[in-house]
Amino acid sequence: MSVRRLAEKQPSAFAFTAENLAWAKAQIAKYPLGRQRSAVIPLLWRAQQQCGGWLPQKAIEAVADMLGMAKIRALEVATFYTMFNLEPVGRFHVQLCGTTPCMLRGSEELKKALRRLIGKENRVSADGAFLWTEVECLGACVNAPMVQINADYYEDLTPETLTRIINDLSAGRTPKPGPQIDRCNSAPIGGESTLLDPSLYLGERRHPGEPLTDAEGKKSGEAANVHEAPMPRPPIANAPDPTRN
Amino acid sequence: MTKLIIDGKEIEVPPEYTVLQACEAAGAEIPRFCFHERLSIAGNCRMCLVELVGSPKPVASCAWGVRDCRPGPKGEPPEIKTRSPMVRKAREGVMEFLLINHPLDCPICDQGGECDLQDQAMAYGVDQSRFRENKRAVEDKYIGALVKTVMTRCIHCTRCIRFAAEVAGVPELGAIGRGEDMEITTYLEEAMTSELQGNVVDLCPVGALTSKPYAFSARPWELNKSESIDVMDALGSAIRIDTRGREVMRILPRVNGDINEEWISDKTRHVVDGLRMQRLDQPYLRENGRLRAASWSEAFAAIAGKLARANPKRVGALVGDLAAVEEVFALKDLMTRLGVVNFDCRQDGPMLDPRWGRASYIFNATIAGIDIADALLIVGANPRKEAAVLNARIRKRWRAAKNFPIGVIGPKMSLTYSYDYLGAGPETLSSIARHSFADALRQAERPLVLVGAQSLARPDGAAIAAFAAKAAVDLGAIKEGWNGFSVLHSAASRVGALDLGFVPGEGGLNAREMAAFGTLDVVFLLGADEIDIAPGAFAVYIGTHGDRGAARADVVLPGAAYPEKSAIYVNTEGRVQMATRASFPPGDAREDWAILRALSDVLGKRLPYDSLAVLRAALYQSYPHFRRNGAIAPGDAADVRRLAERGGALDKAPFREGVGDFYFTNPIARASMVMAECSALAQGRPAMKAAQ
Repeated sequence: MSVRRLAEKQPSAFAFTAENLAWAKAQIAKYPLGRQRSAVIPLLWRAQQQCGGWLPQKAIEAVADMLGMAKIRALEVATFYTMFNLEPVGRFHVQLCGTTPCMLRGSEELKKALRRLIGKENRVSADGAFLWTEVECLGACVNAPMVQINADYYEDLTPETLTRIINDLSAGRTPKPGPQIDRCNSAPIGGESTLLDPSLYLGERRHPGEPLTDAEGKKSGEAANVHEAPMPRPPIANAPDPTRN
Repeated sequence: MTKLIIDGKEIEVPPEYTVLQACEAAGAEIPRFCFHERLSIAGNCRMCLVELVGSPKPVASCAWGVRDCRPGPKGEPPEIKTRSPMVRKAREGVMEFLLINHPLDCPICDQGGECDLQDQAMAYGVDQSRFRENKRAVEDKYIGALVKTVMTRCIHCTRCIRFAAEVAGVPELGAIGRGEDMEITTYLEEAMTSELQGNVVDLCPVGALTSKPYAFSARPWELNKSESIDVMDALGSAIRIDTRGREVMRILPRVNGDINEEWISDKTRHVVDGLRMQRLDQPYLRENGRLRAASWSEAFAAIAGKLARANPKRVGALVGDLAAVEEVFALKDLMTRLGVVNFDCRQDGPMLDPRWGRASYIFNATIAGIDIADALLIVGANPRKEAAVLNARIRKRWRAAKNFPIGVIGPKMSLTYSYDYLGAGPETLSSIARHSFADALRQAERPLVLVGAQSLARPDGAAIAAFAAKAAVDLGAIKEGWNGFSVLHSAASRVGALDLGFVPGEGGLNAREMAAFGTLDVVFLLGADEIDIAPGAFAVYIGTHGDRGAARADVVLPGAAYPEKSAIYVNTEGRVQMATRASFPPGDAREDWAILRALSDVLGKRLPYDSLAVLRAALYQSYPHFRRNGAIAPGDAADVRRLAERGGALDKAPFREGVGDFYFTNPIARASMVMAECSALAQGRPAMKAAQ
């Protein structure tokens, strides 16, 4: 994270569209009288969506005026939350998760790919289509590594799949969001792998032996230090070939 | 009451106390940065950590209620330790974190020597840093003409933000960004607009916000500190004047809970450079239309020559806004000895008359009384401009109360609280009893009717005063133990001069008549700059600055400005306060009473006092209430009732704004470059850069 400032080039005016204005009024009406300022985050978010993914100064001021709050109060909110973008983000804002799980699963490789495909971080690409940013955890660790492009998650990425997605987007195609490998959402790769014994579901199984008493305590056996299976290979290399699907 | 054991000492405190307040009540000193008695609790600096026995972690005492302390296992009172090793370690840890990003620039920091962080680092700091990374650096912000920022020094206590939002009521400061990148700023670095913005400098516990006009001019330990009274408005705020040698370096507030709490307005604080500029340091005499430097004896001889030929009926005296009681007393004494009856202290012309009784012209409810008032009617006043600190007091009351109805009659204005706008002119005042807002006043236990003295400065002023008093009486503002009829003056000299009866005697002319063409041959102007004296009269100006009065004068006698004399002032409440001398008048200038005394000798009407002490003795003899420093001689509620019955014919003209430019209300302020810059900013003109 770094110091965030308003963009240098700013549009000269901002006004909510009629539809967004009606929506905003409905949001404001949710809050009791005198607490309209509570609607600042939804309104800023809507303004950001309307402006193509970023918040111009005039939009922040318009929201502040609408809610009867000091402009600095709205600016505080807009600069506090990093999901409010204060600079234009291109048509496709690629947010790459770089937090630990994604990093372990190869987000560094994705970063290199993005540098090659789009350019430097936080710069809109020459054609105005893309901007990429490294962000903190986006909560899709099971499907790491991943990126968020505008509203969609693209998960289980490799540099190759990411390249294909970016190329599709710049060619005007719509890539399929979600996991880019053969899995459904966060289900195990290659199908279910645990709790497969059908007898589990018959309600007949009992725990073998008597339950432990407090006095006995639970001690780890010798097996605790023994690896049953060999250490897994690095995850990216282990993934199925993305070109297959 | 709740029992606590603090550092082994048992103490009982009210249950709504915080642990910090309880510790202070027990005599323990708690270090703090973000906590401030008159601001909301933030709890973000963590310096006030104490050990609450039984709690696994130290607690921030400023944000921890006494109610929330658990008793001991056997029902003993909760125990708090403020000096245990755990507390010490915790505070040292906090201090180390604070110092990680704080620059080591104390030698070039204006806060040095009066810095909370410096002082507390002496107690809790360690002498070396374990921090090997880069320190954070923050861009400095422009937040106005009065506050200089060095934001790298900021420790994010947010006192300034809370002050702007809560006390000043102009939420202009904020914290943008987050975490390490949090920065205090105004919106896009616009200048602050509050008249109280200078106070954030006092609040800042480090050197992040310092006084811009005072930057790099002195160190606190070089300064002589004198307790004084402010004269920029009629509140008589308690101030401390810091001087180095004979030069006034800065003005700071003193705590006075009855008047200004601990705030002062920007005009009070930053008028300092006006005390240096445009000063009159020797007498001047007009010859062939031009003023030339003269000696005292020449000047006195010229006055004596004019007076000898003048009929006392065609001699007059006017007192300006900054005059102290002593010189007004001496002037009145001298004029009376000369047989003059034309004198007036109301140069802007409010129709208030001391003959109506003291209650008719003072702020009877008292400033501290605002805290217990429960409804407010403002008649023809803009408290924000006429008395910015009082306005903050009204705002404080408005914020604290669930329901504090405020009605305004007069021009629409931007106050720092919401109000019901009742009407623009006197006809609303005369029919206030039938207005729906009147019910709010009637239901109130202690309604306050605040009348702006400047709104009485019109031909029907006496009738307006009468109708305002009638409103106060009719709406229940005058009752046993409460007198809510309150006149807000804007001139520091006014109440004192009215107490002295410095108004036209039998058959005398008032200020407006004296200023008119052809009524006077000789006119004495004691610092009267806000009035245009028509050509013709021989004007003797006794004052401090080369301002309007001196420009009109035929003889200029240089006097002493308020830091340069020990003097008595009476504030709008009628509170008598004595200011001490902090510095000396420049050049040949003398204290005003001494000038009058010397002049009286030349005129052959020697005033019988050779020293200030003798003058004061004579003053106390004639007006005993001046003897009681700090006290108010209360007005008689019957005076207000009598005033209410006077009635009169009202004009239909609406009230107009009394103070045009907040930053230019008196000759000292008009001489100040800093005030000029503030005024330009306030009016949206491009600001001339003040000399820093």
